[in-house]
Amino acid sequence: METDQLIRSLAADNAHRAWPVGFVLTLALLLAAPVSIAIFMTELGVRPDVMTAMRNPFFDLKFAVTLALAIPAIAISLHLSRPEASLRGWVWLLLIPIGLLVAGIMGEMMMSQRTPMMTRLIGNNAWNCLTSIPLMALPLLAAALLGLRHGAPTRPAVAGAIAGLLSAGLAATLYASHCTDDSPLFVATWYTIAAALVAAIGALAGSRVLRF
Amino acid sequence: MREREDEWTGLMRSAISGDDAAYHRLLKAVTPVLRAAARRGLTRAGQPADQSEDIVQDILLAVHLKRHTWDANAPFAPWLFAIARNKLIDALRRRGRRVFVNIDDFAETLPGEAAAETVPASEVEVQLLSLPARQRDVLQSIAVDSASIKDTAKKFAMSEGAVRVALHRGLARLTARLRGQ
Repeated sequence: METDQLIRSLAADNAHRAWPVGFVLTLALLLAAPVSIAIFMTELGVRPDVMTAMRNPFFDLKFAVTLALAIPAIAISLHLSRPEASLRGWVWLLLIPIGLLVAGIMGEMMMSQRTPMMTRLIGNNAWNCLTSIPLMALPLLAAALLGLRHGAPTRPAVAGAIAGLLSAGLAATLYASHCTDDSPLFVATWYTIAAALVAAIGALAGSRVLRF
Repeated sequence: MREREDEWTGLMRSAISGDDAAYHRLLKAVTPVLRAAARRGLTRAGQPADQSEDIVQDILLAVHLKRHTWDANAPFAPWLFAIARNKLIDALRRRGRRVFVNIDDFAETLPGEAAAETVPASEVEVQLLSLPARQRDVLQSIAVDSASIKDTAKKFAMSEGAVRVALHRGLARLTARLRGQ
């Protein structure tokens, strides 16, 4: 087919309007959320002492950290769905959850503690944390990749990794309400490893499915 | 160069607000620039430059199907060159070379020669044959016989809406096939 002929057919299709990437991404995440919530309800559930736990600032900090990962990651992945986008000026957003964790760790250090540092770091739920967060993140990751496929990311592995962080942040928000380990040391260790794992899966999947 | 790119941005804004003629003019205007860059990329990778038309068509299809990711407040050229660069790297990689393409290759490119010298692309042609009959017929009627949507609808006893749907699905499927080959 001559290029002029192809151009004629493209121009004839000009009236077609695609949905914005943000809309498709939101829709996909909303459809996947019930799956992750169902896994949470059947396998984990909210911890029984949640009402007292809410008065503990370190319990609340967990949600601040996980949401401070998920929300900027949504913004960055939308940004990366545009072909000419670069990470410059955006990547610092990912320092927010790290900053919150550092502040939490320092705050905890300044308080008198009944349990030694290593005990708080290891906690009681490390393995549960490492498996539950990725498990609940996977449906959200699949949805995020599906949404980003509608865009045109020219760095598919990076976009996939950010999609991984986004879904890990949302899954960790659910998990935080189940887990009885509230020490920022625990969160900084095990949540981070779980998020990194999901980000790696996202990068690997993204480099395959996000090419256009 | 600046003027040229400002003109593209203006044409793309008109296109998005529904001006089909502006869209046609824009695609015609960017094609020689894409062609010259594709040829240069192929030559540099030690590949015959006469395959450039396949790459040009690949880029045009991606531009068309991903144009909703262009921000109407941003200039058009950087978006276009990012898509083109991505497709060019992809094409060269598929031909077995790992090549780095500088974005300036596009920005500094002068329009390539007239299309008369180029070999007609074959990849789109091949994939066209594998489309469902209705999509292929509609695409051929509009592209090759230069029939309007209205005339095509009359010819195949379809509604204009059905012609539009078949046309868009055909183009989308064509692009997916080209990517998957």
